[in-house]
Amino acid sequence: MYEFDWSSIPGALPFLWEGMKVSLGITACAVLFGIAWGTLLAMARLSALKPLAWLAAGYVNLFRAIPLVMVLLWFFLIVPQVLRGFFNLDPNTDVRLASALVGFALFEAAYYSEIIRAGIQSVPKGQISAASALGMSYAQAMRLVVLPQAFRNMVPLLLTQAIVLFQDTSLVYVSALADFFGAAYKVGDRDGRLVELLLFAGAVYFLICFAASQAVRHYQKKLNAHVAH
Amino acid sequence: MGYQWNWSIFGSPVPTGETTYLAWLLSGLQTTIVLSLSAWLVALALGSLVGVLRTAPSKALSGLAAAYVEIFRNTPLLVQLFSWYFVLPEILPFGLGDAFKQQLSPLTQQFLAAMLCLAFFTSARVAEQVRAGIGALPRGQKAAGLALGFTLPQTYRHVLLPMAFRLIVPPLTSEFLNIFKNSAVCSTIGLLELAAQGRQLVDYTAQPYESFIAVTLLYLAINVVVMGLMRIVEARTRVPGYLGGK
Repeated sequence: MYEFDWSSIPGALPFLWEGMKVSLGITACAVLFGIAWGTLLAMARLSALKPLAWLAAGYVNLFRAIPLVMVLLWFFLIVPQVLRGFFNLDPNTDVRLASALVGFALFEAAYYSEIIRAGIQSVPKGQISAASALGMSYAQAMRLVVLPQAFRNMVPLLLTQAIVLFQDTSLVYVSALADFFGAAYKVGDRDGRLVELLLFAGAVYFLICFAASQAVRHYQKKLNAHVAH
Repeated sequence: MGYQWNWSIFGSPVPTGETTYLAWLLSGLQTTIVLSLSAWLVALALGSLVGVLRTAPSKALSGLAAAYVEIFRNTPLLVQLFSWYFVLPEILPFGLGDAFKQQLSPLTQQFLAAMLCLAFFTSARVAEQVRAGIGALPRGQKAAGLALGFTLPQTYRHVLLPMAFRLIVPPLTSEFLNIFKNSAVCSTIGLLELAAQGRQLVDYTAQPYESFIAVTLLYLAINVVVMGLMRIVEARTRVPGYLGGK
């Protein structure tokens, strides 16, 4: 029978916390940028300008068809060269974090744009007509009438996607970047306690994601009750 | 930036000389497809079972099924994969873990761990769809089944599930696509599937762009083929009278 030995975890907590900050940082960055860029993509896809709509659709479909691992490998290949080309960086500068940030942000934007597009489409057409009748331009109608309603309905989906994203940040493992999972793996590997560290990492991810998804569910219920009245 | 393109690299022989780099990529593609399809079959079976249990009248059973879904949905795929590959063989009782480590070849170990990981991970998502499908049926269907003298399992088998499965074909399509994409994660335990072969090619040939472009195109091809097939399935299973129906 396997003898568990959890003694390497307490001493490693500061290191693990450093990793958790990387995971949370990548998540926050990708959520913010993903929603901003995703909104633009969604509006482009719904735009009356056909070429613009096609470009946006091509972007979204391309990113949604490729595995995240592959996208990250691409960005770990391209971003360092681009950064070094533009900023004359020392070739030894560690740009893995920057590569991960760019990769996740551009990748998540494709998923966010689909959520946001559905949200915009769920707003009744009459709202745009009413806004135009009031003399608003299309941009004003979008910004002041459609998007605020769309976003309120979308918040639970956007948050759920953020939880998925938080779990996916563990894939920066392919670049040996020490996020929370990478840190746990390193400690486990160093101490020969991989079993304990992996179980610990799993438990931590579970607690965070479970609590967050329960909170989203609660919020969704409140939102539904609010809309029903 | 002075990159030397060399597409003929795929035709060149690998260092051991017995095949070409293209053959490596294709063997990776084959592993990805076999892995994803076998995991999908297990995921469908397991997911259907758990999804049905989620709707079962017994509180204990539906609670258990809910816990199953929450565990597999709230931990990262990578953590699950490493748990299957590194943790489970260590802690399995009755010498099962040792048998796994000693009697199976490393390749079989990687494939089994990857397959089970993808299957269980996806089964939780399939279960949610099955539950949603059953939940979307009018309540009268179950009552009518029972009133006709079917037992509860018979009602599921003959009345609820045939309809529920037809309703959830579109969301299952996207889960089916996801399993191919998620299989790329399995390169992290050394399984030589498509993404891993792509990275290996980079290490051996130092032609990263050709290799990554080829791998990306192959993933796109998988995507297109699966979408095409599922569109046919969707058209055949569509329920008349429902949204998107004929």
